[in-house]
Amino acid sequence: MWQIVHKLGSPKWFYRVSGPWLPWLWSLSVVLLVIGTVWGLAFAPADYQQGDSFRIIYVHVPAAILAQSCFALLAICAVIFLVWRIKLADMAATVAAPFGAAMTFVALFTGSVWGIPTWGTWWVWDARLTSMLILLFLYLGIIALRGAFTSRDSGSRAASILALVGVINLPIIKYSVNWWNTLHQPATFSLTRQPAMPAEMWLPLLVMVLGFYMFFAATVTFRTRNEILRRESRTRWVRELAEKTH
Amino acid sequence: MTPKRKQRLYIVLGLVVLAGVAVGLTLYALRANLNLFYSPQQIVDGDAPIGRQIRAGGLVRVGSVQRSGDSLDVTFDVTDYRVSVPIHYNGILPDLFREGQGVVITGTLNDQGRFEASEVLAKHDEKYMPPEVAEVMKKANAKDVPAGYDPARDAFDSAESSTNAPADAPRS
Amino acid sequence: MSFESVSALLHMHGYAPYVWPAWGVALGALALLALHARYEKRQLLRDIERRIRRERVNHDTQA
Repeated sequence: MWQIVHKLGSPKWFYRVSGPWLPWLWSLSVVLLVIGTVWGLAFAPADYQQGDSFRIIYVHVPAAILAQSCFALLAICAVIFLVWRIKLADMAATVAAPFGAAMTFVALFTGSVWGIPTWGTWWVWDARLTSMLILLFLYLGIIALRGAFTSRDSGSRAASILALVGVINLPIIKYSVNWWNTLHQPATFSLTRQPAMPAEMWLPLLVMVLGFYMFFAATVTFRTRNEILRRESRTRWVRELAEKTH
Repeated sequence: MTPKRKQRLYIVLGLVVLAGVAVGLTLYALRANLNLFYSPQQIVDGDAPIGRQIRAGGLVRVGSVQRSGDSLDVTFDVTDYRVSVPIHYNGILPDLFREGQGVVITGTLNDQGRFEASEVLAKHDEKYMPPEVAEVMKKANAKDVPAGYDPARDAFDSAESSTNAPADAPRS
Repeated sequence: MSFESVSALLHMHGYAPYVWPAWGVALGALALLALHARYEKRQLLRDIERRIRRERVNHDTQA
């Protein structure tokens, strides 16, 4: 059984198998994002209180969900790398960290811009906003730590440990709006209850969230393949591949 | 799993549990300080410091907003539908400020229990609806719901009470 | 469509200064991430191929 796991963790095998998936992932994400953008910006109704500033939800919520999902992926990769020493997991973590940092930044930026007309401020130190800012610092710390060591393996281990410790922040972000008084409203989407808005408003949001997820899958797969090329650049199969494509 | 891997797995899990306990204890120690604002009940009970800058949160009591004709002065009550705190503010109010709306106010409490606000922020809930639907609901509410009911009250309560009740308490 | 015209869509009933920058940064970030990934791959393959050629030249001159 463990032999299969190690075969799955073989970079060469992953490179070969993931190739045919990429065009599908890219096109699916582009189609979903285009539909979601047109639907959310032009066709979804405005909110009765917030008017058209409500349309920011269609980028804010997907970015915030991806920022957290991406960190969960980092933590899972960290366990696999630290316990089983599977290098592929570390490669995926290397490329997922900048993606997550970008998504966290987008969530913070769009939230601030949305806060100006609705709340009357672009920033407040409430538990939700602060824990999201900590998430951004965790991402930046993981990226910096990986680069701070001369040996790649030490950098990978240090970054993995920070990802594992940082995963404690995820439940804090999620429950911050329930545990404490915050300016931020409770969650828009939940698995246990229906969204508190009509389908014509949440359907485009669902399309955008799926579009962001597909984009995440496509980018991380694509860049994991880049990382494989970088780390295995001295192996024969990579050399043959480079000569074939150029 | 080889014994070596098993050992590493335990170390990793132990690390996460340890970090979780450390963070959990810190948050427990800070619990009151992590709240963004005091509720009207806490202010009336005297839990909020006097003369220091604090934040208060609650709903704008329906019918309490009084604007002065020639300046930006405005007074209103912030309420949790049990007790109210009178607020005085001089400045520009956010777009979402209206009677029945949730607000978070920065300012100082004076010894007469009056709150001098320096900033008023509007709080909204996670319920969104198109204007036409809101209009229909307002009409329906006017018919079957006792006078004084405001849908926003419900909204703020669900956000507020979630500290002591399950987050997904039944909503009307 | 919840707007009467394209100019009404661009105006967003006065919320244009908030809606467009938020969307611009979000979609711009996605575009940059995708372009960077493509550029990175091209650069990597070019570097590997260049090194192979250099090694071959060294090998030939030694021989």
